[in-house]
Amino acid sequence: MLTLLLILLPIAAGVITLLAGERMAKQLALVGGLASLGVAIFTWLQFDPAAGSQFGFKYAWLASGGISFAAGIDGISMLLVLLTTFLTPLIILSAFKNDYKNPASFYSLILFMEAALIGVFTATDAFLFYLFFEAALIPVYFLSAIWGGENRIKVTFKFFIYTIFGSLFMFVALVYLYYQTPGEHSSEIAAFYQLQLSPAAQGLLFWAFFIAFAIKMPLFPFHTWQPDTYTESPTPATMLLSGIMLKMGVYGLIRLLLPIVPLGMEQWGFLAMILSVIGIIYGSIIAIQQSDMKTLIAYSSFAHVGLMAAGVFSSSLNGLQGALIQMLAHGINVIGLFFIVDIIYSRTKTRYLDQLGGITQSTPHLSVYFMILLLGSVALPLTNGFVGEFLLLSSVFAYKGWLGAVAGLTIILGSVYMLRLFQKSMFGPKSKWVEGFQDLTASERAVLLPLIVMVFWIGIYPSTFLKITEPAVNQLLQLVNN
Amino acid sequence: MYPIILLSVFGVITLFLGFSKSKNVLLPSTLLFLALALVSNFVEWGQGPLLYFNDMLRVDKLTLAFNGIVLLSAFMIVAISGGFQDNADAEPAEYYGLMLFSLVGAIMMIGFDHLIMLFIGVEILSVAMYVLTGSNKRNLRSNEAALKYLLMGAFATGFMLFGITLLYGATGSFKLMAIQGFASNMPIASQSYIFYAGLLLLLIGMLFKVSAAPFHFWTPDVYEGAPTIFTTFMSTIVKTAGFAALFRLLNHTFAIYGFWWIVIAVIAMLTMLVGNIGATSQGSFKRMLAYSGISHAGYLLIALTALTKPTQNAIIFYSLAYSLSTIAAFGVLMLVSKEKTIEGQPNERYEAFNGLAKQNPLLAFVLAVSMLSLAGIPLTAGFWGKFFIFTSAAERGIMWIAVFAVLMSTVGIYYYFRVIISSYFKEGDTVKIRVAPFYQIILVLATFLTILFGLAPGIFEGLI
Repeated sequence: MLTLLLILLPIAAGVITLLAGERMAKQLALVGGLASLGVAIFTWLQFDPAAGSQFGFKYAWLASGGISFAAGIDGISMLLVLLTTFLTPLIILSAFKNDYKNPASFYSLILFMEAALIGVFTATDAFLFYLFFEAALIPVYFLSAIWGGENRIKVTFKFFIYTIFGSLFMFVALVYLYYQTPGEHSSEIAAFYQLQLSPAAQGLLFWAFFIAFAIKMPLFPFHTWQPDTYTESPTPATMLLSGIMLKMGVYGLIRLLLPIVPLGMEQWGFLAMILSVIGIIYGSIIAIQQSDMKTLIAYSSFAHVGLMAAGVFSSSLNGLQGALIQMLAHGINVIGLFFIVDIIYSRTKTRYLDQLGGITQSTPHLSVYFMILLLGSVALPLTNGFVGEFLLLSSVFAYKGWLGAVAGLTIILGSVYMLRLFQKSMFGPKSKWVEGFQDLTASERAVLLPLIVMVFWIGIYPSTFLKITEPAVNQLLQLVNN
Repeated sequence: MYPIILLSVFGVITLFLGFSKSKNVLLPSTLLFLALALVSNFVEWGQGPLLYFNDMLRVDKLTLAFNGIVLLSAFMIVAISGGFQDNADAEPAEYYGLMLFSLVGAIMMIGFDHLIMLFIGVEILSVAMYVLTGSNKRNLRSNEAALKYLLMGAFATGFMLFGITLLYGATGSFKLMAIQGFASNMPIASQSYIFYAGLLLLLIGMLFKVSAAPFHFWTPDVYEGAPTIFTTFMSTIVKTAGFAALFRLLNHTFAIYGFWWIVIAVIAMLTMLVGNIGATSQGSFKRMLAYSGISHAGYLLIALTALTKPTQNAIIFYSLAYSLSTIAAFGVLMLVSKEKTIEGQPNERYEAFNGLAKQNPLLAFVLAVSMLSLAGIPLTAGFWGKFFIFTSAAERGIMWIAVFAVLMSTVGIYYYFRVIISSYFKEGDTVKIRVAPFYQIILVLATFLTILFGLAPGIFEGLI
């Protein structure tokens, strides 16, 4: 029942925010987000990692078709639910300083998005998963297309069509799988795990799932929607997209692709791995050339996701654990970085590196927070990025040594673009754009501090989080290897 | 059975009501008539298959379900017709009378058990539609559309009648049961050629009525030329009745599935292709809806291609979802295009919707939901319609046609979202658009049902 509460609470909060009108919208949305976080933490305290799927509920939806409205939380879901509920209030808080028109709609869309994301991460019925997977798209589409930048209409339209195109392939795959279940058909994901599919069918299903998730994450070469969308969207929407939504893709790989089509993985896994590694290098190299800070972080995010996918495709304990912890770390870092870019943009009205410089002279706090998040992102030991990257790279090494070596370049390239970002914007002579730059306000610090705490928590004591997922990952790998 | 009698009587009464001085009585009375017909339809629910008129008409749950959709659609369409009070040239009594009569034809098509009944049903429905298409007498487009529709329709009828003749020649009967019996044990080879030819010709006639490619050429022009209210009638009721009839026909020639399924499959793909590609290049929202109507015929044909256990539910559900969304979309179009005119004619282009979300948030929402539903986005009825259709294809194991339909659906999103973009993200003038309360209720009802069936498609199950 806790799962149902987790899904319904943000919806209720969103509706209240929408109805309460413009003046109270911010505060109500924040309260709603914090309440969800509270429930998630309560769930975590009750949670037993070894016990498999818990707190479940199940209602018949299409009774005759064996389709049900069913969700539950296992270790993998728990981690992502925590990530979602932790980041959403921060995203809401980060929007406080900007005055968006129609705030009631704006904040309620963020909350609806949160509900859909929690739905994706907890669904145990394949069609429910698909439903939330698609439903998550609609709030973020409206967020980007209404409150975004100049080219928003064209860019978000491309994004929408692109991702829907991908998920429809998954839909066909799910319908096919549904008809393969024996007896009275069932659409439970667990029932799909039991299927004995022919290698030929698995090969096709592999691509159906791969395209769906690769577009969402996005992986090379399905990424063309991503940088533009990240750049054009209002920062809170960018945070939702990069911090949480792209995790839907990785989650889908872990939850559906790996266990359902292991033979498909055998046939095509290597190719997928190569694409992921190309994405890592390609994304990093492009990031080095960017001068728009938001686009730069978008490409860095693209590179990081490639590494997560590579870890998943290695289908090893290290790879999966690394991908999961990296999802957490990446979510925290990227949201922090986008927020800092937004702060700089709102003060200076520019995001271009060649117009910035010397910010650090007047902003001790901002500089330190920025640096910590940045180091987390380039995976300095004792920060959150290190744990995931270490596990991921070691899994890719174990898969194929030379691939690991190529993927390892990400550490060097990552430092190059990240430090360049910092140097160009923060150091050097003060440019005319940054005259009178104010340091962080209290509410801005309230967003960044929790993120910084998490950077160190995950970096210094990752086992808090690794413990949550380990039994679930082991179980999953058993399924795959059988 | 009762709706046929009631509607015929009511149609005559409506014509007589036209003699009265006040035209205000026509709209409420027609609504009352339709409501009565809708209620009377369900009197026979659960009574098992009943046969009427010398076993020419079959009333079973399938008939009643489709009748329900058709009558509900008619009720909603009449409700948003607004009594034609703004138009001095209009002849509301005749319009409403013809609509009531045409419903009799639709019901005959839905429940036919005898090919002559099918033919009569098609003719009653079509002739009324020819007249209504041309009812805007002073508009050239409307006249042209009516003529086009009449000529093309007459051709189609010819094919159909010839097909029926050949089927009679082969089987010696007009009855569906006899056709089924003949198909399941085909005797002499020469006779079966006549049978095949007859079936194909009959199918051509029917496919024309549901505007499947390559028999769709009349659709965009006729839909565009006809007054919007009758376009709505055409695109929902004629299509639903046509698919009900096709389903019944194919279900009875099931024994030769191997013969016709590939024909229908090819036509389904062609229809989806023509409809979706055609719709992308339209500048007029109304024309886009015409092409989108073609594409939806393509999706429905997939269900007929498969013809498995879920097919019946799939067609009923899809027709209902499609009708609700189409009525909502045309309803909003009528309101908006009336407010914004170019050179005295209603503006039916996409640009007319610019800034609608500010001018009237409710209308924008109704339009957005109907577009989402037509595009098949989850949480709307349209999604489950597509779902049921894909599952019925999957049950038969023809996944490739579902994959093709998926590709086409993506194209669909492109043109359906253009109007959402216009109404939400583009700036328009600041005129507020007023909506009459009753009109508003109908639009909200259509939207509500679309979302309700989207959230809980199960409530529909079990009924049939």
